[in-house]
Amino acid sequence: MNKFWTILGHTYVSKLKSKAFMISTAITLVFVIAAANIDVIIKLFQDEDDKIVLIEGDTEVANMLEMSVQQMDERIVFKESESEELSKKMVQEDEAAAFLVIDVNDPNILTATYYENKASESNVQSMIHQQLQQLKVAIATEQAGVDEATLMDINEPISFEKVALDEATKTDEELNQARVIVYIMLFVLYMAVIIYGQMIATDVATEKSSRVMEILISSAPPVTHMFAKIFGVALLGLTQILLFFFVSFSFIKYKITTSVEVSETLDMIGISSAPISIYVYALLFFVLGYLLYATIAAMLGSLVSRVEDVQQLILPMTLLIMVAFFIAMFGLSVPDATFITVTSYIPFFTPMIMFLRIGMLEIATWEIILSIGILVGTTILFAVIGARIYRGGVLMYGPSRSLKDLKNAFQLSKKEKN
Amino acid sequence: MLKIDNITKRFGEHIAVDNLSLQIPEKELFGFLGGNGAGKTTTFRMILSLLDPTEGRILWNDEKISYNKSHLIGYLPEERGLYPKLKVKEQLIYLAKLRGMPANESIKSLERWLERFEISHYIDKKVEELSKGNQQKIQFISAVLHEPKLLILDEPFSGLDPINVEMLKKAVIDLKNDGTSIVFSSHRMDHVEELCEHICILREGKAVVQGNLQEIKQSFGKKNIIIHSEDELQFLQEVEGVLDYKATMQGCVLQIEEERIAKNVFQALQEEVFVRKFEIEEPTLNDIFIAKVGEKYE
Repeated sequence: MNKFWTILGHTYVSKLKSKAFMISTAITLVFVIAAANIDVIIKLFQDEDDKIVLIEGDTEVANMLEMSVQQMDERIVFKESESEELSKKMVQEDEAAAFLVIDVNDPNILTATYYENKASESNVQSMIHQQLQQLKVAIATEQAGVDEATLMDINEPISFEKVALDEATKTDEELNQARVIVYIMLFVLYMAVIIYGQMIATDVATEKSSRVMEILISSAPPVTHMFAKIFGVALLGLTQILLFFFVSFSFIKYKITTSVEVSETLDMIGISSAPISIYVYALLFFVLGYLLYATIAAMLGSLVSRVEDVQQLILPMTLLIMVAFFIAMFGLSVPDATFITVTSYIPFFTPMIMFLRIGMLEIATWEIILSIGILVGTTILFAVIGARIYRGGVLMYGPSRSLKDLKNAFQLSKKEKN
Repeated sequence: MLKIDNITKRFGEHIAVDNLSLQIPEKELFGFLGGNGAGKTTTFRMILSLLDPTEGRILWNDEKISYNKSHLIGYLPEERGLYPKLKVKEQLIYLAKLRGMPANESIKSLERWLERFEISHYIDKKVEELSKGNQQKIQFISAVLHEPKLLILDEPFSGLDPINVEMLKKAVIDLKNDGTSIVFSSHRMDHVEELCEHICILREGKAVVQGNLQEIKQSFGKKNIIIHSEDELQFLQEVEGVLDYKATMQGCVLQIEEERIAKNVFQALQEEVFVRKFEIEEPTLNDIFIAKVGEKYE
């Protein structure tokens, strides 16, 4: 056990002190801080200029349109066009945002032509389109003799209430909360497996290629070595993630006290009011998922002799976690699909998909226990196989970059009957 | 006493070590000889329990070597390996710690060793900045720092200049005199001849010669005669019992079947030429090796 802590400590400290770690942490922190202050940054780059829309045609309609558009966005300013030619030229030279021609041929038919430099859908365009449509309805109903009260009655939205008879289902609010937490968890697990899995595999391959491995495994059992490495890197990841959380949390705290909008948004996405159990599950599945993938990564890392070959060999693992991620993304919208239920029992996908189901649906306890059982069992199986492959793999040199080496490594460490 | 008991190691069809039995006495230097692929490293790995023998067993003081004994064992692998990015000091402390020596003890010990090898000024340098020879000294220190009782050195002198070889040889002899049992391998006959009392020559996993070096030489029978003379000596090839004739700058070296043949050679010489030197010599390990293995190693 002593050696375990020695290796763990060494892995943790040497990684923590490495330049690569410090730089990547610093860069990520800059991103975290930037994301926390995104509103400030957006404001910084937003052009505050008024958008000028040149207008031609029916003055009465134009005035009404101006009034309603200005209510929506006061930066849109209407100006009367002097001539069609001149207006088009102004738009082309970016002196005006757009040029609008309104025709009222018949009292009930209102046509508009919208000139813009590029015919792409813009906010201004869609807003004007919308407002014109409403204007037309107003004009038409007025002409048809419908008074305003009747019009309001017509436009009044109906009351539509959803009542779930199965009391076990989650409310919309709960679903939204769960969705956000599941989303965060999926993303963090995905990143953790990709980044730290890679780190473990590279670390093992580095020790192997620098040939220090033979001394290491003659001092401490390969299994101890492998798990000390996995937990050392996990501790490093924890340090990093906690650092990010602490920084972003303190920024969010600061935002809550200074801005009402932020605290409202947070209430809405449910971070502050979700049940504790979902966080416990998140942590549980995160730890189990990390362990499974880290074991695979260490096993694969022990098979290569050169650090350059690591990428190639851990590709299957990377693909696996990517597949899990995409299934989970799909599952966010249809958590009760059979496909999702089935995949939630496949150990490689369980950490993401079973967690998703727990968050989004009401799952029977036995289902959770069963999936965790399969996951833990698979992890133990991989740990046992991995330890043996690790033992053989670290002694095996040569141009090993195929999964065929798994077999060779396995045989090399085979315990023969005495 | 390290007892290797009928061990065989197979890798699939290939037999790396074939029914090898050895007794390596306590507090002694034991030499393993053999070319590449003879099974030296595989044997060492089995002694260290890195590999399990297909058949047979290895006992050290009547116990199997396992990880709870790793603090008693030092190992210098053939493939040198250290962390290139770690400083000499950190590296040695870490490796000693893995062998059960606490940092405060290993610091004193490593300072002594660095001084002895005249590389004290590299203590805070990264290993990758050191020359190959100095890296090897660090590697050697990592094997002995925790004061092992059993030291396994796989080709300890390869790649070193003569001064450093002497320095390391001296260290190995001192360790032996302090009571460490040392097993080492080499393909340099002269090193083994100089250092070891007991040897084993491996060929394709089999021990072709093993035992006390002096006894091996005596029982080998064949001897060499060194003759210095300015005259033509070719005719000596015809003397019965002369196995090999090699011309040298000063005369020739003869290999003879056994010591009494020397008498015949001496008589033959007396009649024909003037001789400045006539000396009967014990066979070198190289001679034995060539005779037993049938090919030359250098």
